[in-house]
Amino acid sequence: MTASTTASPTRPPGAAPGPDGAEARRRARRGRLYRLDVKGSPYLFILPFFLLFAAFGIFPLLYTGWMSLHSVSTLTPDQSTWTGLGNYTMLGHDPVFWKSLRNTVTIGLLSSVPQLAIALGLAHLLNYRLRGRLFFRVALLAPYATSVAAAALIFQFIFQQNNAGFANWVLHLVGVHPVGWEAGTWSSQLAVATIVMWRWTGYNTLIYLAAMQAVPGELYEAAALDGTNRWQQFRYVTVPALRPTIVFTVVVSAIGSLQLFGEPYLFGGSGQGINGGPDNQYSTLALYVYRLAFNSEHLGRAAAVAWVIFLIAVVVGAVNAVVVRRLRKSA
Amino acid sequence: MTALTPPAAVPRRPSRRPVTGGAGRQHHGGPVTYLILIVVALASLFPLYFSVVAASTSQSRIAQSPPPLVPGANLLANLRAVWDYNGPGGHTLGLAMVNSVIVAAAVTVSTVLFSTFAGFAFAKLRFTGRNALMVFVVATIAVPPQLSVLPLFRIIAGLHWTDQLQSVILPSLVTAFGVFFMRQYLSSALPTELLEAARMDGANSWRTVWHVVFPVARPAMAVLGMLTFVQAWNDFLWPLIALTPSGNPTLQVALASIGGGYDINESVIMAGAVVTTVPLLIAFAVFGKQIVGGVMQGAVKG
Repeated sequence: MTASTTASPTRPPGAAPGPDGAEARRRARRGRLYRLDVKGSPYLFILPFFLLFAAFGIFPLLYTGWMSLHSVSTLTPDQSTWTGLGNYTMLGHDPVFWKSLRNTVTIGLLSSVPQLAIALGLAHLLNYRLRGRLFFRVALLAPYATSVAAAALIFQFIFQQNNAGFANWVLHLVGVHPVGWEAGTWSSQLAVATIVMWRWTGYNTLIYLAAMQAVPGELYEAAALDGTNRWQQFRYVTVPALRPTIVFTVVVSAIGSLQLFGEPYLFGGSGQGINGGPDNQYSTLALYVYRLAFNSEHLGRAAAVAWVIFLIAVVVGAVNAVVVRRLRKSA
Repeated sequence: MTALTPPAAVPRRPSRRPVTGGAGRQHHGGPVTYLILIVVALASLFPLYFSVVAASTSQSRIAQSPPPLVPGANLLANLRAVWDYNGPGGHTLGLAMVNSVIVAAAVTVSTVLFSTFAGFAFAKLRFTGRNALMVFVVATIAVPPQLSVLPLFRIIAGLHWTDQLQSVILPSLVTAFGVFFMRQYLSSALPTELLEAARMDGANSWRTVWHVVFPVARPAMAVLGMLTFVQAWNDFLWPLIALTPSGNPTLQVALASIGGGYDINESVIMAGAVVTTVPLLIAFAVFGKQIVGGVMQGAVKG
């Protein structure tokens, strides 16, 4: 740590109180100000973050929990009646909630697993000496700049039900019958997962690439001396070295899946988006929060679902902490 | 709290990275590598190209099979149609664009500033409770923002702040990720001797931040600013709740409402998607290198 910025401000040796009282007083005051600055300014620097985080992070989080114990209508948010765990009991009997929970998991897996696997492979390829390196990187990252709203609308269009839809046209070219993408359970979830994959694969690729470039070259030289081929180097040098990064991206993807809202909402269009399909076949937890709060006007029940999301996030975080500790130990 | 522990990382200084180290760096990519990368790059860009194609055709053409693959002649007409949506002369989309710029700019400036302050304090100053507070910051990186929207809705409804931009700006003024990111950068990039020298010269903390910390932190501030801007520009759920499409929307809210319109044809919707995406894509084309570098640095990596 810093020495001078933290050392207590001792008076310079020559500054003992002399005959000149005014000078001594000025020195003393400056010393006090200095001490105040050193002691106080760190807190001033972190104050904006903690104030804002308390107001817009912690307080809403706790308040959501409090709301979930009440019956509140979105139309009259000022009037609430205590219901205890009533909202949670109701969720237990609510088939749409369970379906949304299941869908969140399946869409999460459908989007994250292939996405991260592809990103890992692509990062490996991008790590070769390449012409047009920058072009590939920028092209891969372009979807990241596209908003959820634009991406969902574009893919809604690509996955149109009829023969004119691009996805169905491609299937037609290889002799497969057109798919009613939005109507089916798996097909609609696949379509929603595709939106997520399209937007985030490039981003994760660059994260992996950055981590790969931090792997010491000597490891590869040593592996090469042992007569390993490129695949073996990837498998036994790159992947183990990237393990912390992989865990990190898995957690980020899991948390992202818990928040999946815009993709299913807009993919379903004006008619079915809010329900996640006529049969709720691609409804997610976050979408259900929105629907309960702003369509069914049940603010309290929506808060209960939000709190469930939070508890799942805590579990994900705990699992992550355990895994990271294991990795540290084994390393 | 959700304990997301990012792999302890020391972000590299943003100087150009030497071409040593790293996996296959010594190998040249073979033809198969190029083939795969070209296919993936095309897959990545195709939906964007397709939206431009769709935005330039007509409703009748779109309904035919095979789908259009080359641009038609209706781009300007469709752009005008979407611009006049909900009232002539950019009543919705023009206003939304101005709002998106205001929101994203305000959020970016404040996030970068506050994150740099806090990051500096955590990286280089000693104070009671520092470590505990930093653990808290890291633990909160992964708290889903979704959880705030219901109480926030209740608050802005009480304040009659619906359709006011401050209701989308205020909750996003700083992020735990930003603080963590700046701390990581400054702990390695800011030499302690420089701070000591400033101290010797009699600079107080605020002068030190202004004259020493900011100049050193500038590259990381640029990266954080870029990541924050993209995120703020594309933010969807909370603006959708706090703002109304016919009132005072951001681009994403306006686009969602255009996309959900009953009486609007697909090519006009796609024109809307193009309009909202183009500003960031232009930025990507111009600053591609910096943005790629930024994302790779922003990656909390191990």
